[in-house]
Amino acid sequence: MRTKARVRFLVFLLVALHILAVIAGFISPYDAKEQDRSHPYASPTRVRFADESGFHFRPFVYTSVCDFEGCREDRTQEYPIHFIVTGPSYSILGIFKWDYHLFGIDRPARIALLGTDAFGRDEFSRVLYGGQISLAAGLLATLITLTVAAIIGTISGFYGGWIDEALMGVSELFLSLPWLYFLIGVRAFLPLHVSPIGTFFLLVGVIGLIGWARPARLVRGVVLSARTCNYVAAARGFGGSDIYLLWRHVLPGTYGVLLTQAALLIPLYIAAEATLSFFGLGVSEPVPSWGNMLATLQHYNVLVSYGWLLAPAMALVITSVIYGLLADALHSRFS
Amino acid sequence: MKRAAHRALRVVLLLFGVSILCFLFTEMAPGSFFDEMRLNPQISPETVSALRARYGLDQPLVVRYGRWLTSVARGDLGFSVAYNVPVAPLLWTRALNTLLLTTTVMVLTWLLGVSLGVWSAAYRGHWFDRIVATASSLLISIPEIVIALGLLAIAIRWRAIPIGGMMSLDHDELSAWAKVTDVARHLLLPTAILVFAGVAIVIRHVRASVVEVLDAPHVRASRSLGIGRVRLLFRHVLPVAANPAISLFGFSIASLLSGSLLVEVATGWPGLGPLLLEATLSRDLYLVIGGIIFSALFLVAGNLAADLLLIAFDPRVRKGTLHAD
Repeated sequence: MRTKARVRFLVFLLVALHILAVIAGFISPYDAKEQDRSHPYASPTRVRFADESGFHFRPFVYTSVCDFEGCREDRTQEYPIHFIVTGPSYSILGIFKWDYHLFGIDRPARIALLGTDAFGRDEFSRVLYGGQISLAAGLLATLITLTVAAIIGTISGFYGGWIDEALMGVSELFLSLPWLYFLIGVRAFLPLHVSPIGTFFLLVGVIGLIGWARPARLVRGVVLSARTCNYVAAARGFGGSDIYLLWRHVLPGTYGVLLTQAALLIPLYIAAEATLSFFGLGVSEPVPSWGNMLATLQHYNVLVSYGWLLAPAMALVITSVIYGLLADALHSRFS
Repeated sequence: MKRAAHRALRVVLLLFGVSILCFLFTEMAPGSFFDEMRLNPQISPETVSALRARYGLDQPLVVRYGRWLTSVARGDLGFSVAYNVPVAPLLWTRALNTLLLTTTVMVLTWLLGVSLGVWSAAYRGHWFDRIVATASSLLISIPEIVIALGLLAIAIRWRAIPIGGMMSLDHDELSAWAKVTDVARHLLLPTAILVFAGVAIVIRHVRASVVEVLDAPHVRASRSLGIGRVRLLFRHVLPVAANPAISLFGFSIASLLSGSLLVEVATGWPGLGPLLLEATLSRDLYLVIGGIIFSALFLVAGNLAADLLLIAFDPRVRKGTLHAD
């Protein structure tokens, strides 16, 4: 019962996280591609409640002035933060067009909760929009992997014989591939200059198709042991067809394995996407993903001087840890 | 013996499979190394096609594969277009650097992982065990890229250890001992990153299998016979609990060449990783294929080593009553 409650809590957190990414347009004050070349590498804007005249319930910010001596806050004018304001238009899931944002601020002031990057783009907005790409990459690639794994594992375990031998031989081949090397190698063979969306689907496809071997073997094991169970033999005796047997009696046994594998694979694939994008082989600018946002940190001076650009790394950690705990909980629930 | 021969045959077949897969992918590749040359108005199309012919890139796939196999037989592993030398020597120098890094990492990871795992299993439920369990379950899910960037940031701020590369600029002028310490100091950061990224899984496996054996009937019986704690642990528990750890150890050997790519690139370690990444970006296909084959060789060899170790260690596996999987 305790693990069940834990699974629920973790799933709730994950759903919240994904919703946050889906409605990124609403929560973020700016568009992910909007540049402000006059404020590159601006540190996170400080949200204030109090000034000389005392405490205010409406939070406000100051603009910052930068010159050769560094950046300072310009205390002469306060810019209150407004909630539910109109701003740049966006769409949610590509369907609902809208231009209301959760919060915003009057120009010329800008609010950058997590600072800005080299082009003065708002890091907070980019982390949210980048989450769309990164989380979707993890989910889609896992879906591909598990579909392939379920089909191959089931066929292999249910029919046995030479089909089983052949399929498991191929899976051994895939298991003995150094997968990050192979991923990079495969990426080398694919066109380097495609549209960001095209790259995204290429990447997801490649990542998803490489990892099927291990889950397929696990599914095969479950199917193999289910096939010899009495209830399956009985159903067969009553004249059940293969499809019926699989669908009704064998496949339900694999759900536990598939769910646990999903919780293991999704963060792995999110990290894979991030790694490839970090190397410049993944989703390309100006579309943000957590990986290509981290790519600027390959310059050591950026990494040290502008610590807030590590925000996507934090997002990666939070996501991976939640998925990791979920995988643990699922594992102890199903075994 | 027959089983070993069978396994060796499988390894050879696997490597053939990997190489064929690689060649099939190169066939699908739309770009080539000479694309940029073609855009250069100073190089005539005839020159480019002559170059292509010289490197045998104009031949059909089967011919290229056959040629590549003969070059493998010579020990060349194909010819790098970008470096204009055979692939194997290029790979070897870089592979040695990678191995220097990864064997250090492996030794440290296993020393740390096994001792922490056994210790926390022996003190199950103790605060120490809880801390180790929490820390390792967090560490296990943090992506390597984040660990790498985090430790890099800390190391750069700290300023005490060198960042990037394998040697200082004045390495050639140092004395023999200073050369060794110089390389060792450069090793610190990538090693730390990889140990952090890899130790948690060892701790977990070791702890789980030791805990399982601690509850086994024969251990309870031995305990009731009055065998001391230490002797019980080392003589009766650890040999039985070693199996999963040995499999995992084989996996460590297997990933000696392929496990450090990201860290090598991020910290500028001159290993196989950066070489392969450059080869990828410049589409130096034979170098890419060579790198993949090289690390695939290590992967299968590692798995083979794990199996052989299991056979050597565990009489149950030797007699075939327990399947090594």
